[in-house]
Amino acid sequence: MLRADQVLTDSVEMLAYECDAYTIHKGRPDVVVHPESTEQCAAVVRLCARMGVPFTPRGTGTGLSGGATPLYGGVVISIMRMNRVLSISPADLRLRAQAGCINSTITRAVAPYGLHYAPDPSSQTACTVGGNVAENASGPHTLKYGVTANHVTALTLVLPDGSVVELGSDADEPCGYDLVGLLVGSEGTLGIVTEVTVRLTPNPREVRTLLAVFGSVDDASRAVSRIIAAGIVPCALEMMDSMIINALEDAFAMGFPRDAQALLLVELDGLGPGLDAETADVSDLCAEHNARSVTAAASEEERARLWFARKQGVGVLGRVAPNKVTQDGVIPRSLLPEVLARIRGIAESHSVRLCNIFHAGDGNLHPCVIFDERDADELRRVLVANEEILRLCVEVGGSITGEHGVGVEKRDAMPLMFSEADLAAMRRVKSAFDPAGLCNPGKIIPGPSAEAAPP
Amino acid sequence: MSRKSPADIAAGCIRCGFCLDACPTFKLTANEAESPRGRIYLMRHVLDAGRPMDAAALTHLDNCLGCRACEAVCPSGVQYGLLIEGFRARIEEEGLRPSAEAGARGMLLDTLTDRGRLGASLAGLSMVAGILRKAPAMPGLFARLLTGGQSHEAAVPLSGTGRSGGHLPAFTAAVGRARCTVCLLDGCVMSVLFANVNRATAELLSHCGCNVVCPHSAGCCGALDAHAGRRERARQRARALVDALECADYDVLVTNSAGCGSTLREYGELLADDDRYAARAAALGARTRDISEFLVELGVEPPTGRLDVTVAYHDACHLAHAQRITSPPRALLRSIAGLALVPLAESDLCCGSAGTYNVTHPETAAALLERKVANIIASGASVVAAGNPGCIAWMREGLARAGSTIRVTHTVELLAEAYRRGASQAEA
Ligand SMILES: Cc1cc2nc3c(=O)[nH]c(=O)nc-3n(C[C@H](O)[C@H](O)[C@H](O)COP(=O)(O)OP(=O)(O)OC[C@H]3O[C@@H](n4cnc5c(N)ncnc54)[C@H](O)[C@@H]3O)c2cc1C
Ligand code: SF4
Ligand code: SF4
Repeated sequence: MLRADQVLTDSVEMLAYECDAYTIHKGRPDVVVHPESTEQCAAVVRLCARMGVPFTPRGTGTGLSGGATPLYGGVVISIMRMNRVLSISPADLRLRAQAGCINSTITRAVAPYGLHYAPDPSSQTACTVGGNVAENASGPHTLKYGVTANHVTALTLVLPDGSVVELGSDADEPCGYDLVGLLVGSEGTLGIVTEVTVRLTPNPREVRTLLAVFGSVDDASRAVSRIIAAGIVPCALEMMDSMIINALEDAFAMGFPRDAQALLLVELDGLGPGLDAETADVSDLCAEHNARSVTAAASEEERARLWFARKQGVGVLGRVAPNKVTQDGVIPRSLLPEVLARIRGIAESHSVRLCNIFHAGDGNLHPCVIFDERDADELRRVLVANEEILRLCVEVGGSITGEHGVGVEKRDAMPLMFSEADLAAMRRVKSAFDPAGLCNPGKIIPGPSAEAAPP
Repeated sequence: MSRKSPADIAAGCIRCGFCLDACPTFKLTANEAESPRGRIYLMRHVLDAGRPMDAAALTHLDNCLGCRACEAVCPSGVQYGLLIEGFRARIEEEGLRPSAEAGARGMLLDTLTDRGRLGASLAGLSMVAGILRKAPAMPGLFARLLTGGQSHEAAVPLSGTGRSGGHLPAFTAAVGRARCTVCLLDGCVMSVLFANVNRATAELLSHCGCNVVCPHSAGCCGALDAHAGRRERARQRARALVDALECADYDVLVTNSAGCGSTLREYGELLADDDRYAARAAALGARTRDISEFLVELGVEPPTGRLDVTVAYHDACHLAHAQRITSPPRALLRSIAGLALVPLAESDLCCGSAGTYNVTHPETAAALLERKVANIIASGASVVAAGNPGCIAWMREGLARAGSTIRVTHTVELLAEAYRRGASQAEA
């Protein structure tokens, strides 16, 4: 079925697979396999099904909610060797790739045609398109172009009993149940995606990238609310606070003012005069909210540099403290200033260190709490503060996760958002696909199915 | 600057996975334990939990090329090079290796870092390689590796035809008015196997207005020892070099070997616990420049001679990742009239040579070499330029085995040739 080099069992190797980028919960697999085709993947799943062994799909393991952590041991099915682009149809704006293909590889592959793959998570140079499908990943440009769900048209899926199905089609208007839609965001609990067809997006004709510097987070968030209220849809609207600015300065000497309290990175695309007018409007709105300066990237290099800063902005936190938990709450954009202030209050009351780098435009907050897991008391305070921040997001009418998934991290917070009846409906969907409960058990849905270890 | 403990360095890894796609051993295996993130996790386990290192963990750490591609892309600034060198030192100091293997490794390093012995003992070395090598020996590989593999004739004449040994003169005067005095190390491997590159470097520097001093009392810088975890031996060599160079009068210490350059620059770290040497070692590090970087900083007139060749540039790990030098060598190559610089796919993916790695891990090294050779052939270049002797020898070997006539040369040799042609045209 598999060659020896496709199967790992050594205990040291198992240790390396005991978590993803979220390290609070861990679970050690018994075996890790590296299938190289859909058939091999299906064969492994069939074997697991026959023997009643749990299995967990894994991409690059950049997930931030413990999705790829094998909570109950068993087999980790790593799709990293299935990393090829299979076909490109520029005219139809479609590309088909194996699920282990790295996100940025897709954009690189279609660049010669003036196209790109729009979902651009900050982790795009690392994460897989399969992991993106599982988490319904998004990125800065999601604000205008939509999340992964809007860009996936078809999938090859290995069901938890080991059979293989093709979902969706290349057509723009699918018929029948939208099972692709169901699979996107299912966090590896409904089966293993082995191939993906994605929609490609033509590169914008013209882009303007603005950097606005603010003396207070409050001013910056009011500016965001105003830009959105004015009916402007930037293709990206991102905020970074002073801790991030300083970490970036330490790491890369970007030239940002160290005493700034917030930066807004605003990107607009479109055509000539309309674009110029919108750019001017955004500048004015920032200025009205006391922006210290608003500058436009003068060249493609400068633009790339600003985006580099944004995409490294979470990673640089490792320079400040060894561990971090990135929250992922979504809130109504109109409440941005108020919610940010309340989150600051929560952090202060529990003496935890907190910073913000997030997709301001769609209200997807990423308060990052940084800590040292070797300090037990700090860890405890972090967990309490996290819980309060989640509650706050729900209380103001938002959601506990925007793009990082529920995984194990937020599983037990699901009842904050959903009634028992809602959760029961989810459980029924799960058991329709996976009656034996072997596919990535312990994720997303709390309660009976999460608590009971599979046989 | 306050120094971080290994545990703190390892704790800086936020497990973002950004380094995975840069790591050669992960690319080949897709095994997390063969990735930087996985290795750091294993190290962390030993550091935080005080657990002993078992044989399996040792294998994964040993399989690391030390290419530091991970370090160059890490947003969190994890100093992976320091971490792995520290672990390697620990492996050696705690005697965690089977003794026959440890002995053979030791002999290999001693010989490579000792000029006299290196010249004399190619045969003995093949035997050492046999002990370390788990796969059957590739015919003639080792001898050719050690002789720089100069098996084909040059289509573009190369500098210095001498193939063995020969010291540089203690002083080479600048052509014209001297702009500064440069100290050039004669090195260990470089002086025996790559004497022509050293001569080309001295010639080039002199042509660009530098007096070149070459103190013969200076020995090996200790790079191979440091990378292999023989930290005490590396420190001894570092102290000796610091002493030797303090007697010399120069402005900048220039190297043409990326591995040496990166070690010299990190001397401060290596000798940080030595009160007598720490500051002097750091000062020496601060005065060190790679030849390409130095020439660009100095600002030299482009050569007037033409070289009509298509060149692909290979980023040596210790230049691109450890010293972050990628554009100066390319800028210098582009300054040569007639020379077409073509892109090389995966130019900064390790070629597998990695110090003594190609002897200790022949299979992985060969897999990486094959990949490098395929990329080189696909580039359409007729010449490959690089800034590190190990890579040059190893890629020559790979291309020869693939039956290719593409030549591999040091960036400096192409430049020196272009200047030389310019000078002879001016005379004619
Ligand atoms: C620094 C950093 C920045 C990030 N920025 C963003 C961001 O801007 N936007 C964003 O959305 N996310 C972001 N993330 C989160 C993460 O990168 C995404 O969730 C990504 O989609 C995970 O992909 P992966 O390949 O690493 O999957 P993994 O982490 O390996 O797995 C994630 C989940 O998907 C499942 N899975 C993986 N492959 C498959 C498959 N083939 N079939 C079925 N299920 C599968 C796993 O079981 C798991 O539940 C960031 C993470 C980091 C570390
Ligand atoms: S890039 Fe740095 S922080 Fe991220 S996983 Fe690799 S070593 Fe860790
Ligand atoms: S030094 Fe090179 S081989 Fe070692 S972990 Fe880093 S990238 Fe991988």
